[in-house]
Amino acid sequence: MLEIRFHGRGGQGTVVASKVLAFAVAREGRFVQTFPEYGVERRGAPVVAFTRIDDQKIYIRSKIYEPDHLLVLDPTLIGAIDVTEGLKPGGWIIINSDKPAKDFPQFAGFKVATVDATSIAVKHRLGSAAAPIVNSAIMGAFAKITGFVGIEAVREAVHELSPVKKDENVEAAQEAYDTAEVPKEQS
Amino acid sequence: MQKVMMGNHALSWGAKLSRAEVIAAYPITPQTEVVELLSNMCADGSLKAEFIKVESEHSAMAASMGAAAAGARTFTATSSQGLALMHEVLHWATGARLPIVMGNINRAMAPPWTIWTEQTDSIAQRDTGWIQIYTSSIQEIMDSVIQAYKVAEQVYLPVMVVLDSFVLSHTNENCDIPDQDKVDAYLPRFENAYRLNTDKPAAFGGLTGPDWYYELRYKIEKDTERSLDLFEETGKEFGEMFGREYGLVETYKLDDADTVLVASASIASTARPAIDQLREEGHKVGLVRIRVFRPFPSELLRKLLAGRKKVLVIDRNISFGMSGAFYAETKAALYNEKKAPPMWGYIAGLGGRDVPLNVIRDMIEQTIAEEHPEGDIVWIGVKR
Repeated sequence: MLEIRFHGRGGQGTVVASKVLAFAVAREGRFVQTFPEYGVERRGAPVVAFTRIDDQKIYIRSKIYEPDHLLVLDPTLIGAIDVTEGLKPGGWIIINSDKPAKDFPQFAGFKVATVDATSIAVKHRLGSAAAPIVNSAIMGAFAKITGFVGIEAVREAVHELSPVKKDENVEAAQEAYDTAEVPKEQS
Repeated sequence: MQKVMMGNHALSWGAKLSRAEVIAAYPITPQTEVVELLSNMCADGSLKAEFIKVESEHSAMAASMGAAAAGARTFTATSSQGLALMHEVLHWATGARLPIVMGNINRAMAPPWTIWTEQTDSIAQRDTGWIQIYTSSIQEIMDSVIQAYKVAEQVYLPVMVVLDSFVLSHTNENCDIPDQDKVDAYLPRFENAYRLNTDKPAAFGGLTGPDWYYELRYKIEKDTERSLDLFEETGKEFGEMFGREYGLVETYKLDDADTVLVASASIASTARPAIDQLREEGHKVGLVRIRVFRPFPSELLRKLLAGRKKVLVIDRNISFGMSGAFYAETKAALYNEKKAPPMWGYIAGLGGRDVPLNVIRDMIEQTIAEEHPEGDIVWIGVKR
C-alpha cells in the first residue's frame, strides 16, 4: 500500500489534489481511499489531505501517520510546520517552488523534487494571480516524477474534478508533466 | 459502473437507485452533502422525486411522514443535533408504521460545538423503534439504503442507515453503482396497503386506550424481530444479484478465535488489519462487526461468542453512568449463557478522536494480558 500526504493552504486546491490522485489511480483499476483532515476551513490556513493506494480493498480508516510520500502545495509551510513528520526515509517530497531541489538541504534522506506549479497555474489563469489554484499542475508533475500514475488518468481526473476551466486545468497538468524534471537518484 | 465516491453521495445514490419519490430535508449544518446532491438530481431530472425543503429537522421528519403515509417511497438525512430535534417524530414514524429510510451521519453532540464523529446521536434514538444499520464502507452505505427499503417495506417500520462523519461521510473510495434495472428487480415499486386514500377513507393514529395500545406495541416488537430474518434473507439475495452479501453481522477470522473483538462502523474496518498483524504474531484473534444494531442480533451473538475465552467491545458512544451501548447490549445478550465469556468494554474515538490501528491493537493486547476485566469500562488514551 502507498500512503501519500498532501500539505497546502485553504484555497489552493489541496483536497482536490488528493482526489485527483485517487480518481486517476482508480481509473487505472486500483483501490483508493482519500480524505482531508477536517478542521475549521479558512482561506490560507494549513490544510492536510491523505490518499491511500493499494492493489486490494483498503480497510484501514485512520489518518496516515507515516506517509510514504509528500506533496507540498505551498512552500511557505516548510518551516512553519513539520511537513516531514512521520515521513518514511527515502520518500518523495514534491514541492511547489520556483527553486531547485538542492535549495532544500534540510530534506536530506528524502527524495526532493520541485515544480513551479504557481507560475503554471497563473499562466493558465487558474484562480487569481494572488491566490492561484495549483493542484492540477502539481499533480501533472507528480505523475512524471513518481511514475505512480499515468498522465492520461491524471488528465481525465483533473477534467472530472475541475468545477470550472476544465480545459485550462488539464493543460496545466500536461504542461507540468512535460516540463517537470525527474531528479537523478538521490541518496 | 465504477466510480470514486464519498459516503454522503453514496447515501444520495442509494436513494436515487431506490427511486425515492419524496425527499424532505433541512439543508443547513449539521446537514451534509447528501441532500445537496439529491436536490441536484431532482433539479436536473435524473431523479423523479419531490424535494421538500423544510425549516427544521423536526419538520423534515414530519413531512417525510406525510409523504410515506400517502404511500410514497420517502428519504431524508440528518446528523447529531438535527436527529435529536427529530426525536418526537421518530417515535411517531414507528408507531404509524411508516417505512421511511433516513441516512444519519454520526456526529458528536454539542456542546462544545463539534462536527466530528461519534455514535451517541443515533444510539440516543435506539428506543424510538427505528431499525438501525451501522455501515463500514462507502459501498455498504449505498447498498444498505437499497436493502433498507426492502426490509422496511415488508415490516412497515422505518430504517436508519448510519455512517461515521468524515471517516466515511467525506472519504472518497471505489464504489460500484449497480445497474438501475437490477435494482428495480431487487426492489420493485412499493404499494403501501395502508396508505391515505380518498377512495377508502380511514382514520390514522387516533386515540387508542389501554384496551389496544399494548397489542399495537406487541405487533411492532414482533415485526422488528421478523426483520432479523429479513436482513439475512434480503442480504443473501443482494449478494446473489450484485455480488456483495450483507448480514446482521460480519465476521473476520472468527472460526478458531479465542479472543473476539466486537465493534462497529469504521473502527471495525480498521480492526481487520490490526487482527491480521496480531494473527501473524500468533494470537488467535477474530472480529464480529455488528451491522444491524436494532433489532439487536442477540441470538446470533450468543452463537458466535459463547464459549470464547475473552470478548472485548469497542464503543464510539457513551451512555453516561453506564457504558458504551454495544458493550452493554452484547453483555446483556450473553448473560444467561452458561459459557458466557468475560467481557471487556472500551470507549474510544469520541468526538472524532482518531482510532488508529495501533490503538485497536492496544485494546486487544490489554484484553489478552488481563486475567479478568477490572471495572466496567476502560477509556483508551485519555489525556490527563
